[in-house]
Amino acid sequence: MLTAPRMERCIGCHSCSLACARQVHRRLSWDTAGIRVASSGGLTSGFEAKTCLACNPAPCARACPTDAFSQRAGGGVVVRKKLCIRCGRCAQACPVDAVYLDPAGEPFVCLHCGRCVPFCPHDCLELAPIPERACLPGAGPEVLP
Amino acid sequence: MIRDHFRVLRVDLASGRGELLELEGRNEVAGGSGLAALLFERFARLDRPWDDPEQPLIFAIGPLTGYFPLMSKTVCAFRSPYHDQYAESHAGGRSALALRFADLDALVLTGRAACPSCLLVGSRQLELRDAHYLWGSDVLTAGKALRRMFRGSGHRSILRIGPAGENRSAMACINADTYRHFGRLGGGAVMGAKNVKALCLVGDASFPLPEGRAYTQVFDEVHRQVTATEMMRKYHNLGTPANVAVLNGLRALPCRNLQQTSDPQVEGITGERFADAALLRNSACSGCPVGCIHVGFVREKFMADNRYLFRQVAYDFEPIFSIGSMLGVFDAFAVLGLLDAVERMGLDVMSAGVALAWATEATEKDLVAEAETAVGLRFGDAETYKAAVAHLARGTNDFYRLLASGTRNAAARYGGDDFACVLGQEMAGYASGEVFFVGQALGLRHSHLDVGGYTYEEKHPERDAGAAVAFYEADERERAVLTSMVACLFARGVYTATLLAECLRCVGYEALAQDLGALGREVQKRRWRARLATGYQPEAVTIPKRFAEVENWKGGIDPGFLSQLQAAYARRIRELGGQAPA
Repeated sequence: MLTAPRMERCIGCHSCSLACARQVHRRLSWDTAGIRVASSGGLTSGFEAKTCLACNPAPCARACPTDAFSQRAGGGVVVRKKLCIRCGRCAQACPVDAVYLDPAGEPFVCLHCGRCVPFCPHDCLELAPIPERACLPGAGPEVLP
Repeated sequence: MIRDHFRVLRVDLASGRGELLELEGRNEVAGGSGLAALLFERFARLDRPWDDPEQPLIFAIGPLTGYFPLMSKTVCAFRSPYHDQYAESHAGGRSALALRFADLDALVLTGRAACPSCLLVGSRQLELRDAHYLWGSDVLTAGKALRRMFRGSGHRSILRIGPAGENRSAMACINADTYRHFGRLGGGAVMGAKNVKALCLVGDASFPLPEGRAYTQVFDEVHRQVTATEMMRKYHNLGTPANVAVLNGLRALPCRNLQQTSDPQVEGITGERFADAALLRNSACSGCPVGCIHVGFVREKFMADNRYLFRQVAYDFEPIFSIGSMLGVFDAFAVLGLLDAVERMGLDVMSAGVALAWATEATEKDLVAEAETAVGLRFGDAETYKAAVAHLARGTNDFYRLLASGTRNAAARYGGDDFACVLGQEMAGYASGEVFFVGQALGLRHSHLDVGGYTYEEKHPERDAGAAVAFYEADERERAVLTSMVACLFARGVYTATLLAECLRCVGYEALAQDLGALGREVQKRRWRARLATGYQPEAVTIPKRFAEVENWKGGIDPGFLSQLQAAYARRIRELGGQAPA
């Protein structure tokens, strides 16, 4: 999974977001990307990365009524845009605001491909094994429809 | 968005309403500096002064903004309160990409808001909000409130002014995203005159990329060059403060109002000293992986029992020179504390430092009384300078109001013009010789970034006015191409004409890519034309005597060469702007 373990090194250049938008989604954008960087209370407070934390079970997948978001083995989601009806439930369900909806309602979320990693000049990001978590797959709380 | 025309939003601040314009001229002026000159010609009122409500305040980006690394700056253009003529000021931060993602090539503000206001602009937003309650607040305090008032953390740019801009000081800057500035020639006063405390740009659009692999390949090559080679290392390592020790070694560092060009105490303010003792971290403009912004800290004991406050301040060579060596302040933390005071007031640090250096020498020479400065200015006394900075920004008496309009205006009243360190505006930190002095004194922006005169001087010790003027012309033209893109000039070694043409071509600007030389000539002509049309007389510029007294590693200044060079460059400027020599 994509992790951002060294965000205290982040300089706010947005190279990761721009790389994701450019390489994965073929867009020029700050937003239509699986990782987005925001200051955490102004530039003097450093930066935080908004990206998927690879939930398992993933609330966004459970919330999706058309299986456009489905559970990715180990954590996170597999996205099939053709099945998406732009209802926005995935973004509502995400506990960490990692799903971006564009103005037309199209969702963008991290696919854990790692293509942003080499564009970070300060090595803030890395692909890492999904850690073992206390909540076992399938044991999480149900997401109400 | 790649398009063959310009998409410009003009906002009438009196009504709060916008007008979207589609303008021709992409293939002639590209964007940035060229587009700013084009828009100034269209909207400026030549028959009215700088603070007339109808005068435009222009923010322009380039065709490659956001598409490539370090295409990350914005050009701000206006009629300047400093000389009532055309002016450009450039800044990094996030405003360039925010304008790109607001789907605008330029934003033009005209009119005057009915009350102190904040303007919100995004790809789907335009709102002028009453913000009278922020008027009078310093830049830091306003920034905190503005971040709560507007959504979009990380993907917005907040440009704001401090008390200096509200008071229409000719030394007022526009603060861009806390650590960057449209610093010079009083852009902050233009915002103040329009009753705009802040401008929030929200970058909330996205665009499809060009088809095919060419764009990605060229992007990767540019990215490789700016990150994997040594080319940009100097900017993220010590950063521009590395110049302090270098210039001091060359005896070209202005110290104590340019009474000296080196100082034995310089170790206290070198780039190495700042990095070892005061550097907290680096930061970056959006779209730039270099991260040249160096953020230091101020730690002050404000109460007994170890009660401290802590603030972060970005530093560079120019602030260190202007409020450090120029004021005889040779302690890194004292420089940062003073810089913090300047930042809060929304003053241009270079102008403020050099103005206060003159005021200090004028005090020493009994031309200015302590009653006028309100504080006893003494070289090296940072705490007193902090108080003086507030007086300067707020214009608390006639002396400070006059000084804030330009050091030479104060010198004309009080005496001491000989030692006013003004080259068109308050000098930049290079006492390198005649080529630099004339380059800044006559240059379009009166900036050390107009032409690289200091570098030329190191490589060309000969005093050949013809060669130097040819250098001015060619160097300015090359820089005009880059500032029309709008590239950070730190990347000028990366963005060669060949690479720039490849970048333009792969995103679809084939016509622009074909002849960058013609683009440079056209932009150069339009900028000078705008400047001359607002009353600039390059042959009337004078260079104070202090500059002729400088001694550095080359020896002394040759006054004959200085005046010969000035006359030759003034003639060439007239020609570049399409006028016969005066």
